[in-house]
Amino acid sequence: MKDKKLTKVDLIFENDGTCATTVLDKVRAMAQDDVIMEMIDSGLKGRGGAGFPTGLKWKFTKAENSFDKYIVCNADEGEPGTFKDREILDTVPEKVFVGMTIAGYSVGAKIGYLYIRAEYNFLLKKLNQKLDAFNVKIKDKGFDFTIEIRSGAGAYICGEESALFESIEGKRGEPRNKPPYPTVAGLFGKPTAINNVETLVYATMIMKYGAASFKLMGTQDSRGSKVFSVSGDTPNAGIYELELGMTVEDFVNDFGDGDTKAVQVGGASGICVPRKKFADMIIGYEGVPTGGSMMLFNSTRSMYNVLKDYLEFFAEESCGQCTPCRIGCQQLLQGIEAVKRGEKHPSYLDSLKKLAETMKLSAKCGLGQSVANPFSSIVDNFREEIIY
Amino acid sequence: MAKYEVNLKINNIPVTVEEGSTILDAAKKLNFRVPTLCQHPDLCVAGNCRVCVVEQKGAKALPAACATPVSEGMEIFTNSQKVRTARTHIIELLLSEHNSECTSCYKNGKCELQALANEYRVNENLFIKLVDKNTYTIDNFSPAIIKDDSKCIRCQRCVRTCASMQFVSALAVSHKGDKQKISTFFDKSMNDVVCTNCGQCVNRCPTGALVEKNYIDQVWDAVNNPNIHVVVQTAPSVRIGLGEDLGLEPGNRVTGKMVSALKRIGFDSVLDTDFSADLTIMEEGTELLTRLKKALVDKDETVALPMTTSCSPGWIKFIEHKYPSLLPNVSTCKSPQQMFGALAKTFYAQKKGLKVENMISVSIMPCTAKKYEADRPEMRSSGFKDVDYVLTTRELAMMIRQAGICFEDLPNEKYDSIMGESSGAAVIFGATGGVMEAALRTAYEIVTGREVPFANLDIVPVRGFEGIKEAKVLIKDVLPEWGFLEGAELSCAIAHGLANANKLMAAVVSGEVNYHFIEIMACPGGCLGGGGQPIPTSPEIRAKRMEAIYEEDANMAIRKSHENPEITAIYAEFLGKPNGHKSHELLHTHYVKRKGY
Repeated sequence: MKDKKLTKVDLIFENDGTCATTVLDKVRAMAQDDVIMEMIDSGLKGRGGAGFPTGLKWKFTKAENSFDKYIVCNADEGEPGTFKDREILDTVPEKVFVGMTIAGYSVGAKIGYLYIRAEYNFLLKKLNQKLDAFNVKIKDKGFDFTIEIRSGAGAYICGEESALFESIEGKRGEPRNKPPYPTVAGLFGKPTAINNVETLVYATMIMKYGAASFKLMGTQDSRGSKVFSVSGDTPNAGIYELELGMTVEDFVNDFGDGDTKAVQVGGASGICVPRKKFADMIIGYEGVPTGGSMMLFNSTRSMYNVLKDYLEFFAEESCGQCTPCRIGCQQLLQGIEAVKRGEKHPSYLDSLKKLAETMKLSAKCGLGQSVANPFSSIVDNFREEIIY
Repeated sequence: MAKYEVNLKINNIPVTVEEGSTILDAAKKLNFRVPTLCQHPDLCVAGNCRVCVVEQKGAKALPAACATPVSEGMEIFTNSQKVRTARTHIIELLLSEHNSECTSCYKNGKCELQALANEYRVNENLFIKLVDKNTYTIDNFSPAIIKDDSKCIRCQRCVRTCASMQFVSALAVSHKGDKQKISTFFDKSMNDVVCTNCGQCVNRCPTGALVEKNYIDQVWDAVNNPNIHVVVQTAPSVRIGLGEDLGLEPGNRVTGKMVSALKRIGFDSVLDTDFSADLTIMEEGTELLTRLKKALVDKDETVALPMTTSCSPGWIKFIEHKYPSLLPNVSTCKSPQQMFGALAKTFYAQKKGLKVENMISVSIMPCTAKKYEADRPEMRSSGFKDVDYVLTTRELAMMIRQAGICFEDLPNEKYDSIMGESSGAAVIFGATGGVMEAALRTAYEIVTGREVPFANLDIVPVRGFEGIKEAKVLIKDVLPEWGFLEGAELSCAIAHGLANANKLMAAVVSGEVNYHFIEIMACPGGCLGGGGQPIPTSPEIRAKRMEAIYEEDANMAIRKSHENPEITAIYAEFLGKPNGHKSHELLHTHYVKRKGY
């Protein structure tokens, strides 16, 4: 038993000027499959929120027989309450580039795109300077790989991987049908490994310290550590790298203001954990997964307003392509408003929960599928706040 | 490469299909119909309406049957309780966003959403009616197409049609989320953008969001007015499409019944656009031969070749927008509709002693672009609007139903005379390659004095659904006055659907190809697949219509335009000679350069 339930980690932002050189030299000397094996062995899962095993993604991409393959770094950090990728790109961009290079080397891709959300364009000048030097550096080290930056236009949906591809291709950012998955037909229809910013930095750190030491942290299902964006009713808002495996209670003990009634784990599309479940809920794939957003709410907050805000966000940010998401989001929003105003009977919330379930089952992409997360968890746990 | 077979189960019944097939294909093979809205046989997969969701054993979410390829060992349930709940919800959601004024909707009875709602007996009032809370645009500025956003279900069939089949992209998706809609360039009216009025979107719209602008009431007013003489003309492909909207299977030729119905409705003169199609061949054929002579004999380098046809108003608007530099290449001949209109209010009026101001000229067309064409300012050669009202095949069917006419049991009647006689060459104007075939039948014979060297006059190489077709005809042993064509090989190309037309024109511009004569039809399959033809449409339906067109041709007594006795007569009595002074006044036109959006 550890005495401290919550362990701070310093991997992502570790200040080590020689990291890039060390890791690139090490990787260059390894066989592609060995790099992939190391990643699989580490148990690293995607840090964007979906949690797909990174090593497997690379393995599948490598297995495809195609001359052109791509690496895409997803820096379209649009989830409300998430701001850790911005900090990573601002402070340790080279580690992201190294991660992309490792990915490119192991799957056999020659081009990597870093897709950055429009709101982060203020970082572009700095990133481009660093990138120019980096592109030269990796050529010198014998990597046949080039990284380019592409900027989004401000749509949340473009964080969805296939919508992101469409956006890079110059089209309207709308999710594609799956299958085929990106590892088979991604960017420009070619096999593509797309990873979150943070995932790629972990790839760099795993290649530096080895899978074995990474695996020592975390739990069976959630290996390693994770960067959290902490916001809301907390005296300690900010970015923290924590070992995975803690409960929400552990988290609230460190970050809460003493009056926390709920934590929204995973941003607007995540799950709302009420106080009574803090102790049992592990933050990770065995409990509540998160792309990093942790929003704390104390007793002064109206959970109706919280849910309404989220739904307004989704009603606006749905791409509008598929029926369940485009109309479903509007119905959920207008539905709780009608219940609040007394125009609909409180039992209408149960109809809306069924609708949310339909959205989860039938929406075309993760956006529409995940609206049920905040909706059902808030309506179930704070029903009286919605009605009265 | 041989395709693998994939074994799966649908509703516990095993089925084997080719790899790459969708769940929808596999279900169809077992005679399970999975409902669809955004899916269409002519278009690429979208997977966005989600009405076709099915349950897959072992999968958390419900995949869309239209967009999900089969995989080995897959177990699918098309109507499980989970599926039914989701599907019903989706239909209810669509209805909440849809202006369900079904009883007064133009598409009432023909709406796919209405049919689905009826089938599932959904609770339309379960969800909040969003359509009442938003404001929607109804764009009725175009003379051809009405776009009503309040009825749009965002299936994007129109967008895919406009982009991939027609290469026009007048319609596209704009905005996102609750504001998402199908829009035009800067939300301008359909009348002010690159829209060619081809109506292919109308043919594929599942609801009443895109419909033709109908002129049924105006036409009823005219036929019921005893002081007005109403002349009606019917385009070649109406006679092979009309039956579909009146309870008959695709591919039925209903020429005689149609004439009979028109007379019963009360049209005073029931005449045939096929007559002016024959006339088009005389005019356009002469124009081509004149251009060839100028180029070959006079060495006039200003002559624009290849010459393209001008019968399809969708094509005309397309080239005006997209290739204005090629406008000199377009034949100056009006379309058969407009030739007919100009003659109806001049020649026909004189012959019948009618006062032109008391005449209304109506045309029945497989086409929505013809509505726009009739409105063009150039189309008033008679001093009046040459064609007052253009009705689509669908509108005529509606009038026939309104008139209480039992169409199937009607006797066959003949067109009135004059301007009612036609040849087989005219009827094939309705199929892609038909104008080319008709022109070759006549031009070859004029130049050589012999019939075209094809068995039974069937110029098979120019027929069929291939997107771009080519034909070469060697001209030998010509008549003395055509000596300059001796040994020449006439090189022709044919394209249908504007995406194919675009490909062909791009090749012409780049100089990659070298033709003398090009036939272009804006719609897939030519007019038989026109934007005014009965809905639904599919490659199979169009193939049946095409068979019927060629049957109609084969059964005609006269097969060549220049042998139509009414054609000979009109030149002798009225027009003088093809491309003569009178012809130029009444039968030829000019074109306008338009903006690229």
